[in-house]
Amino acid sequence: MASYTLKVRRYQPEAEEDGRRGAYWETFDVELDPTLSVLDGLLQARDGSDGTLSVRCSCRAAICGSCGMKINGQSTLACKTRIGEAAAEAARISGADASGPLISPPAEKELADGDGAPGPGTESAGNEPIVIEPMGNQPVIKDLVTDMESTHWKKFRRVTPWLLPSGPPPEREHIVPPESMVDVTQSVACIQCGACVSACLSMEADPEFIGPAALAKAYRFVGDPRDGQTTERLYDLANDPHGIYDCTHCFACVDVCPKGVAPMNQIMRLRRLAGHDHDIHDVNNGRNHELGFVKIIERKGTLDESLLLQESYAPGVKGKLLPRAASIKGLLQSIPTAIRGIRTGKMRSLPKLIPGVHPKLPGDAQDHVKAIYDRAEESRIQLNLYVIGEGGEEDQAAEAVEPESVSEEPSAT
Amino acid sequence: MPEHDVLVIGAGLAGQRAALAAAERGVSVGIISKVHPIRSHSNAAQGGINAALAVDDTWESHAFDTVKGSDYLGDQDAIEVMCREAPDELLHLEHIGVTFHRNEKGELGTRAFGGASKARTYYVADITGQAIMHTLYEQLMKYADQIDRYEEWFTTDLAIDDEGHCVGAITRNILDGSTELFRAKSVILASGGNGQIWHPTTNALICTGDGIAMAYRAGATLMDMEMIQYHPTTLAGKGFLITEGARGEGAHLLNAKGERFMETYAPNKMELASRDVVSRAEQTEINEGRGFPDGTVALDITVVPRKRIQEALREIVLVGRDFAGVDITREPIHIKPGNHYTMGGVKTDVWGRTNVPGLYAAGEVACVSVHGGNRLGANSLLDTLIFGRRSGEDGADHAKGRGQGSVPRSALADAEAAVEEIIGRAHDGGRRVSEIKAELGATMDGKVAVFRDEEGIQSALDAVRRLKEEAAGAAIDDRGSVFNQDVLGAIELQNMLEQAEAVCMAALERKESRGAQYRTDYPERNDEEWLKHIDVSRNGGEPEISYSPVTITDWQPEERTY
Repeated sequence: MASYTLKVRRYQPEAEEDGRRGAYWETFDVELDPTLSVLDGLLQARDGSDGTLSVRCSCRAAICGSCGMKINGQSTLACKTRIGEAAAEAARISGADASGPLISPPAEKELADGDGAPGPGTESAGNEPIVIEPMGNQPVIKDLVTDMESTHWKKFRRVTPWLLPSGPPPEREHIVPPESMVDVTQSVACIQCGACVSACLSMEADPEFIGPAALAKAYRFVGDPRDGQTTERLYDLANDPHGIYDCTHCFACVDVCPKGVAPMNQIMRLRRLAGHDHDIHDVNNGRNHELGFVKIIERKGTLDESLLLQESYAPGVKGKLLPRAASIKGLLQSIPTAIRGIRTGKMRSLPKLIPGVHPKLPGDAQDHVKAIYDRAEESRIQLNLYVIGEGGEEDQAAEAVEPESVSEEPSAT
Repeated sequence: MPEHDVLVIGAGLAGQRAALAAAERGVSVGIISKVHPIRSHSNAAQGGINAALAVDDTWESHAFDTVKGSDYLGDQDAIEVMCREAPDELLHLEHIGVTFHRNEKGELGTRAFGGASKARTYYVADITGQAIMHTLYEQLMKYADQIDRYEEWFTTDLAIDDEGHCVGAITRNILDGSTELFRAKSVILASGGNGQIWHPTTNALICTGDGIAMAYRAGATLMDMEMIQYHPTTLAGKGFLITEGARGEGAHLLNAKGERFMETYAPNKMELASRDVVSRAEQTEINEGRGFPDGTVALDITVVPRKRIQEALREIVLVGRDFAGVDITREPIHIKPGNHYTMGGVKTDVWGRTNVPGLYAAGEVACVSVHGGNRLGANSLLDTLIFGRRSGEDGADHAKGRGQGSVPRSALADAEAAVEEIIGRAHDGGRRVSEIKAELGATMDGKVAVFRDEEGIQSALDAVRRLKEEAAGAAIDDRGSVFNQDVLGAIELQNMLEQAEAVCMAALERKESRGAQYRTDYPERNDEEWLKHIDVSRNGGEPEISYSPVTITDWQPEERTY
């Protein structure tokens, strides 16, 4: 048994008394074994002292996907997070906070406004409060309960989430390659908990983004040899302005997923299937933009931003010499973004953007870059934990399956 | 007032399958669930689903294994139906998209499971329940025009008309606390089992058997309530499930001395004897001092090849790592028998019909009875799908050509008042709902578990009756309307206590040992006196016990060894 403090971001929509209107923080002291979960801690608080504390939960074993929330700023399942480890993480963040400019969870900054929350520095390092908040990118209904229907489930339905077989069912089962079923089982393993939606940075910028969970669901059908609408699905997802090219490749979803679904990997596989295998030229220029990165780095080793816009909208020599009207329009529309990028320091200063002055890599570094490209092109490593096993370790099954490299396709934006 | 031809309460596998089957017959369907359907406990079924689909397998063999597994308490006509229809149901699942494991030829592949004479368990890694349920939910999206979903609505009671017909249900919208009377021509209960009556349990927090309690109050007969399955491999303390698939893949059970003790209890089937047999063997080892100090024995999965573990048992690698801190690919994990499954439930025929006209039940809420005294692993998914579909079909046919029944207007007001009464209770120093629930769980796990005797069961029954009184006055904290989980917890507790009473009464009544009911004071099976079902009903008053015959077709009871 050990003591822990849970600092919970609360919202009681019907509360009328001062201090409980709007969102506020409240701390709960709980006592339990360090190997038990943060959910166990929350339930102890709810069952023992405050029955108004609302949290969805059911299986307690990371199967039902109910208890998605942010713990110490990280989107995860409360049932899967050991309370002892969460407390250690809270202490680590707090220590890092005091000593340097590392990123702290947003919660910490609002700590000072009281509402029963202890002031900074009142706890010993061993009992730093575990900060618990509802998931992000979803409206909050009450306490840790979010409105997944208007966000997550709506997007889920967006990808036509059912099998569209190519013909009438066979007399017995469909005969399919065994590894194809293992392959899509990575997406099937998704429990729809919403942790990836909560963590998705692209969705923060574009709330309409179909998002990691729904796109992983989409791959589940695209990758299924029994589905008869593969091209149509890919065409749809590539041309939606909030579709597969809206992902910025930040890895947040891969990082937080409690089930190893690696949604971003599924999105990258959708991109490759759409752009490379099905040769879909999307109206968003997502494919060209992506190839722009690939081409520029293959030639120069680092990103020459002066070429990026042109490669995205009017690729190649032909595009440069004979740009289409749509390309010119796209280029012109991008100018404000480019200016904003330069102003905010996200792009390099103007003189360095003059074509031709981009520095070369030192020594034979460019040859190494070329070698990486060659390796990537000759193999297609499928990053699928169901196939290669967690961490890879001594399981070298990856070699047995169609190899692929996720790093073959650099980020789009 | 929402109206549907068929109303399904509960949206796990049985409920979703029933809704889809009814929709395919062209009627309008509503499906209600107290959690989002994807959160339903069917998710937790890891190992697989049985079907005699292979060319060298027969439904008769599957049926015999099931009959024997049930310790001859299963009704053989129902078992025949389930096993005959299993192959077609499995193929249907494959056709709508379930990503079943394939053999090298790309055909459906199987794994071995307990109590089965053939490897006939089809599976998706060890997330079979999840994979099937998500696929059915996909189909609910596809049929969205015909099937209205009410996600996060808590049904408090069934609506019964003056003639005793079930004509709908009264349901609270959890989101805003409003109450609606749903009218329907057929009502199908598919709201799952009651494992939360025990602690620990492998069951989710939602498994409070609300449907069993609701039907019981509405006059439906409950059957085989004493038959509660303890699963042989659950994590000590937390009750998490380690799939039987682990033993199907070859894992061993070891006592603290490192002995493979199943040699003593089931020399032929060893670890793959039926669950009641394995659980009793483990408990005997533990009780006789050959277990580990934490009251467990060990499951050794390291004998299974690593690659096979990664491919077929990945979920329990995660369970071991996240919830026990054990890498099951490298060391044995400590396990013990734990509450797992409700074999009994609302008594139905092979079409899911209960004794209340218009009311159906399917899945764990129901007792057809295909599981009798002990359910075989990988027969529960099958039960939910076969009888879910049949209830949906018959419910749809029943609804056709009928008008909506008339519900007494007071029904809605009475239901609302009952909920308001709980919300309005004053704190007067009584016990909290959670305390009462904890005592219930510990009492039942202590007295009505793997080994039972009269004294223990009677003391549990006395405790349950006392707890019922305490629960009737237990105050809650949340006075609000929006997402008031506190009041739902109080209602669930009442539901659980009503069922616990029936469980204890039936366990006390059955003076023999059969399947999951092992009475140390009556250690033998006694076919002469007890080859019959125990029914419990409560026609408006106190619970009453009666008996009904077991249907025997081809398989006469014989001694049961593994």
